[in-house]
Amino acid sequence: MTTTPDHSLAHHDHDEIPCVGIDRLEQLWFQVAGTRCNLACNHCFISCHPRNRSFGFLSLNEVARRLEESVPLGVREYYFTGGEPFLNPEMTNILVETLKYGPATVLTNGTVLRETWLEQLRRAEQESIFSLEFRVSIDGFTAEWNDPIRGKGTFERALAGVQRLVQFGFMPIITAVRTWEFADDASVLEAFMNVLRERGYARPRIKLLPTLQMGAEVQRTSGYSDNDLVTREMMEGFDESLLVCNSARIVTDRGVHVCPILIESDDSLLGQTLESALRPFPLGHGACTTCYRYGAICSNSVRLRPADSNGTDKVEKAE
Amino acid sequence: MSLGRIACLGGLYSNYLALEAALADIERREVDAVYCLGDLGAFGPFPDRIFPLIKQAGIECLQGNYDDSIGHELNDCQCGYTDPRDNHFAQISYDYTLANTSTRNRAFLRGLPKQIRLRLGDQSLLLCHGSPRRVNEFLWESTTSTHFLTAICEAHDCEMIAATHSGIHWRRELPGGRNFVNVGVLGRPENDGETRVWYTLLDGRKAKPEIEFIPVCYDYQRLAREMKDEGLPEEFCDTIVSGWWTTCLEILPSKERRAGVW
Repeated sequence: MTTTPDHSLAHHDHDEIPCVGIDRLEQLWFQVAGTRCNLACNHCFISCHPRNRSFGFLSLNEVARRLEESVPLGVREYYFTGGEPFLNPEMTNILVETLKYGPATVLTNGTVLRETWLEQLRRAEQESIFSLEFRVSIDGFTAEWNDPIRGKGTFERALAGVQRLVQFGFMPIITAVRTWEFADDASVLEAFMNVLRERGYARPRIKLLPTLQMGAEVQRTSGYSDNDLVTREMMEGFDESLLVCNSARIVTDRGVHVCPILIESDDSLLGQTLESALRPFPLGHGACTTCYRYGAICSNSVRLRPADSNGTDKVEKAE
Repeated sequence: MSLGRIACLGGLYSNYLALEAALADIERREVDAVYCLGDLGAFGPFPDRIFPLIKQAGIECLQGNYDDSIGHELNDCQCGYTDPRDNHFAQISYDYTLANTSTRNRAFLRGLPKQIRLRLGDQSLLLCHGSPRRVNEFLWESTTSTHFLTAICEAHDCEMIAATHSGIHWRRELPGGRNFVNVGVLGRPENDGETRVWYTLLDGRKAKPEIEFIPVCYDYQRLAREMKDEGLPEEFCDTIVSGWWTTCLEILPSKERRAGVW
């Protein structure tokens, strides 16, 4: 396992690090496939890999127990990630169970989806009042762009997965990590939309994500520097609700962690029960600056607000 | 004082023709009071035409995110969209509405309350715009769990919450006799291919409160014509005459998005 180097806490005064509390647990995440993935993308922020078993699968029973635990806390929606969630043999039943409680979103690479699963999930969503969202990762609108990052043949395989989802009536959100300049967003999006439309996805939804300079990405480009830190000054007047840790927690087979990005960091494990994990967290990681700059990285909002070039912009509260 | 039956209007979006039609309908229904849950301006033509109707009918209004923006002359509507195309059209609507809202009416919007709490029968009812905690929060039916709504009711010490903002009416019965209701909007149709718009009657006179969604037909062709004459985008006019949303789509969850055609 590649652990994320923790630049900040080792080099900075703890008093300088702002803490973010959690008013209410609204999004509950599940690291449902642990760190197991059928792909080995060279930008993966938690080093998921076919042979990385440092985090294990979550069983249907464990997820069902956590869903029950979430009810008195008023959780609004549920997210499933990995690794590749559909490597978990109970994934379909896990989503069916979740749709009895609330809306569910699953983050998949789209390469292993089977029609029998999708038929079962389509029926479950039709019977539920809640949405089932699929987010499919594709990191470029051509194989030449995507495959060097995600692996040979993955562009076509993922597109086939998108087509299958569309055939079953879903409207997957395509997530693409921005490996191009901000200024090129509009042209990249247009090209992406055209490719998806040509493949039969008439109303494509695309969410652009910033890279996280950690995990495998450190080797591909670079890691965060010691200066990549959220300061108390930056938090003045800032809307904390834009930060994932202000409203979310994630369950792994080790317990409850602060957010989906930091599960491999030792300080991210906050407790064994959901309630015990609802305590403030210090924004002491480089990745916190990415969350600060872009906001809503992990939620389903389609596309993120652009940050300015130096990342010091602030978003004021609407209320 | 406890009220028996009230009418709740969601976003008006400058649709004064729909407001006139709704008020004529409400007149026949014997309600104790009429409330508007905010966003008086936006999208439609001649924003100032809403205000005399509101004052004449004695409608109590909340301040929506749009009203806060227009009242304080902010740079945008604070609707909370995340997509560039959605924001592009939202800005056209906002700039037009700001430019065509009088100083006096801006002051009126500035002074509106964010929430109203009242008794409906023996229930405590909280009227808000997006949600009780955030004026521009979208509470969609398909992405809002029942236990979340229950927790919000408990946190705000009420048995019923009425909101608008997202533009599609829906309701959810909650455990313990509580209710959440999105009252819909009068400003534009609901992305269902119908030109009608909606408001909501809340009736607290019986042991179990009754929630009734009321469709409103109005002269939508005239509204579309006036919007076009005012130079508002063709996409907005299309929505009025087709009943399908053409903008502000990326914020929709998949269930609500699939119900439309764009």
